[in-house]
Amino acid sequence: MKDRPRTQDFDWALLAIVAAISTIGVLEIYSSTHAAPNMAGLQWKQLTWIGIGVVGMFLISRIDYHTLMDQAPALYMFGLATLLVVLAIGHSRFGARRWVALGGGVNLQVSELMKLIIIIVLARFFAEARTDRLTLTDLVKVAVLTGVPVGLILIQPDLGTAMVLVPVAVVGAFLAGIEWKHLAVGAVLVALMIPIGWNMRRHLKPYQQQRIETFLHPEENPRGAGYQILQSEIAVGSGGFWGKGFGKGSQNQLGFVPVRYSDFILAALAEEQGFIGVCVVLLLYLGLILRLVDNAQKAKDRAGMFVVIGVTAILGFHVLVNASMVIGYMPVTGIPLPLMSYGGSSTAFVFLALGLVMNVRMRRFVN
Amino acid sequence: MPSWNVNDQKVPQERLALVSYTSVVFVVLLLVGFWKLQVVQSGHFADLAERNRVRSIPIIAPRGAMLDREGRVLVDSYPSFSILLLREDMKAIEKSIPQIIDGLGVSRQDLQQTLDAAKNEPKFQPVVIKPAASVADIAFVESHRADIPVLELLMVQRRRYPHGQMLANTIGYVGEVSPQQMDQSDGHYRPGDIVGKAGLERQYNETLEGTDGMRRVVVNSVGKAMRTLDNVEAIPGKPIQLTIDYDLQAIAENDMQDKEGAVVAMDARTGEILAMVSRPTFDPNDFAVRIPSEEWARLNRDKETPLLNRAIQGQLAPGSVFKIVMATAMLDSKAVPESTTVYCPGFANFYGRTFHCWRPQGHGSVDLHKAIVDSCDVFFYTIGKQLGIDRIHDYAAGLGLGHRTGVDLPGEETGIMPSEEWVERVFHHKWYAGETISVSVGQGAVTVTPIQLARMAAAVASAGTLVQPHLFKNLPDVKTAQFPLSENAVEQVTQGLYGVVNEGGGTGYHLRLQNIDLCGKSGTAQLMSYNAANRLGNKKMDGWFVGFAPRRNPEIVVAAIVQNTMEHGGEAAGPVVRDVVKAYYDKKNAGTQQTASVAPPAPPAPVRPIVATVGGASR
Repeated sequence: MKDRPRTQDFDWALLAIVAAISTIGVLEIYSSTHAAPNMAGLQWKQLTWIGIGVVGMFLISRIDYHTLMDQAPALYMFGLATLLVVLAIGHSRFGARRWVALGGGVNLQVSELMKLIIIIVLARFFAEARTDRLTLTDLVKVAVLTGVPVGLILIQPDLGTAMVLVPVAVVGAFLAGIEWKHLAVGAVLVALMIPIGWNMRRHLKPYQQQRIETFLHPEENPRGAGYQILQSEIAVGSGGFWGKGFGKGSQNQLGFVPVRYSDFILAALAEEQGFIGVCVVLLLYLGLILRLVDNAQKAKDRAGMFVVIGVTAILGFHVLVNASMVIGYMPVTGIPLPLMSYGGSSTAFVFLALGLVMNVRMRRFVN
Repeated sequence: MPSWNVNDQKVPQERLALVSYTSVVFVVLLLVGFWKLQVVQSGHFADLAERNRVRSIPIIAPRGAMLDREGRVLVDSYPSFSILLLREDMKAIEKSIPQIIDGLGVSRQDLQQTLDAAKNEPKFQPVVIKPAASVADIAFVESHRADIPVLELLMVQRRRYPHGQMLANTIGYVGEVSPQQMDQSDGHYRPGDIVGKAGLERQYNETLEGTDGMRRVVVNSVGKAMRTLDNVEAIPGKPIQLTIDYDLQAIAENDMQDKEGAVVAMDARTGEILAMVSRPTFDPNDFAVRIPSEEWARLNRDKETPLLNRAIQGQLAPGSVFKIVMATAMLDSKAVPESTTVYCPGFANFYGRTFHCWRPQGHGSVDLHKAIVDSCDVFFYTIGKQLGIDRIHDYAAGLGLGHRTGVDLPGEETGIMPSEEWVERVFHHKWYAGETISVSVGQGAVTVTPIQLARMAAAVASAGTLVQPHLFKNLPDVKTAQFPLSENAVEQVTQGLYGVVNEGGGTGYHLRLQNIDLCGKSGTAQLMSYNAANRLGNKKMDGWFVGFAPRRNPEIVVAAIVQNTMEHGGEAAGPVVRDVVKAYYDKKNAGTQQTASVAPPAPPAPVRPIVATVGGASR
């Protein structure tokens, strides 16, 4: 057994997959934006974010995850505080207060930070539970721990990111030993929430109401609210099996696909690279997830396992929701596709999250 | 180590495996979703993408102009803009309606009506909400592109009739293609296409209309044209040159101002129509944009039928003009001795009925020449009885009455030239002999169109050559028909017609012209029976005059009718004929000089050589 964690113990296979996905992402960002004068060069910015993310990944892997988990309560409070701060002083973009100016024109989407924190906080909670049968009290605690930041993010409002925190709790609870009956009750509760939520929809922001409306009836108003989903579907569908070719997707190049370099980058890719391209990308993501689960299985302790599985849950959820949205299976929620969608905060988050995974992995043989 | 970090529990491998399996299932489900869109429905979405990307902008071909015989423009086209309302986003329309109403000055009802009418059309097809946009309208659309995205401009070619009502019934008008026409056209026409609906616009539509072009442009998501895919230029319609002489037309129009009736002036040798007037009329410019429904209804409801081209569609009793046929039949058939004289006491009895002469005091003893010049009804009653209806019919039909002349206009009417066979076929009874007497003076069942009368008179004076009247200058194979007449008949009849204008006492004596051998025949058709007219005090008549010059093988023939007049044909319609004929000669004599002015009333007693006049009216 070795004494020191070593960078050589990084999961290089995992990083190869990450590199592949990131490369495809940067290329598709280039394809989507090179023709638009106001967005030219976006791929270089994305590369910069990736670079920053990689550095962050190495840095975070150096700090023992146990140390981080020791600080869980402080991190949690810090996270909640930033969320409150952003509500108070953050500035709006696209109608929601999510951004904090860091100076130098860089704006941090603080809810991304909360994703990292919730992974660590819940991992610690589940590891501490030391049981394979979570009690109802445990579940309530988990719900509260998750619910508070979710609530704070919801009132930004950012339904998408708020939702992303939930699978960390659900998958974590599942692995921590949730009883099947509790799982069943939870499922029933969620099912019950749907009609209640439906009746509560008038309390949502108008754009959220519209998104739901649009999701349910996309054809009703092709020029208006249903526009995004329909255009995305047209892009995907018209790509066909082989795709229209790099830089040749009309839906993408002429701007019919909404935010084609970011949330809808998979639609842009599907149009230009076809079903084949989608297969490659989705299988890469599957490889990523399976590799992450493998890391969870090999974790030295339950704490490490929960950290890795938290990352897995968030990334998997992102991919699932984003891809579903692109083909019209889910409403537009503003959840980016990890590693491909353009965006500083989200890219940085993914690499930091992967840093946590490396952190766990390189310590699996360390006492 | 903190208590939470004590690793005394196994990692739950089974549940982790379950997470892996779930991931696989989700990815498979996603791939199925993509497969459905990209493979199963890819054709459908490829269509939608193409429709997104490509916008087809029609380039409207300008319709060909119409020129008069000297190349002067009678009808042309000019580019103009229509304002379109894009109907794909009804919510955006609702939002913009107040602004549109305000900015373009269209009424809410009109807008609603237009939208309702297009309800069943595909949504991507825009509707025209303002056909002839003013500069201000165009500026309004351009400046509100961002906040009223539902408006769009379409360049169109609009018809212009610079002379307004002039020649309107002959030119016809254009309008939006009807659904029936679209169905019949095998996709040639699209909704909103402009086609000739009447008159020459319809007759020569294929020549005039040209072929619309199409520009296909790639547009981006905000509708901005990025580049042109292909560009099929419009092929402009060909201009057509008409036989109409603008100068003669102007004079005829002017003479018919505020009157009801028609004028046809024709080159008697070629059949070229020099002028054609129908009154009342309309302004085809009203149709060139979009005729308001009330105006259209008014034109159609109008008892005076302004849309009817009376020159070819008015079926009217020819009155005494018919005596040209009678005289020709009498001389050519020799069924009645040439030397026949009849004593006219102002009336005559046939088959137990009294028939009046238009001149109550009578004409005394009358031979054929005097009968023509004075238009003695009793004389023609008498020879009509002797000729019999079938012989009259044969000559009338031979001279083109009761048949279409074949003029190159849609909707020409035949008129009626009765015969024994006709009455048996149509009314299933025997011919009433008394009817022959009425027909002899152009009353009864006989009806003709003005263009038939013009051609008939020209044919008689040309020894039986019937030309096909036409308006298209270089009409290929103009048909001519022969109805050979004996020299004696032609000579005597034309002498009579010369006398009408040029002998004192002739019904057209006031129309005589210096140096021009104007011949002619007046006619006055009563609109109701003699007794009814007397009873009701309605003295309104249709006044005809048909004139030509010179006497033999005439160059020009003019038929004019003034309807619902209190005057006899010589007075009502004669001056129109005289003015047109005079203008024709003035122009001819002045070479190619422009507009001949209308001559003042002719000096009292010219009496030129070979001047014969016949005037008359049947009563």
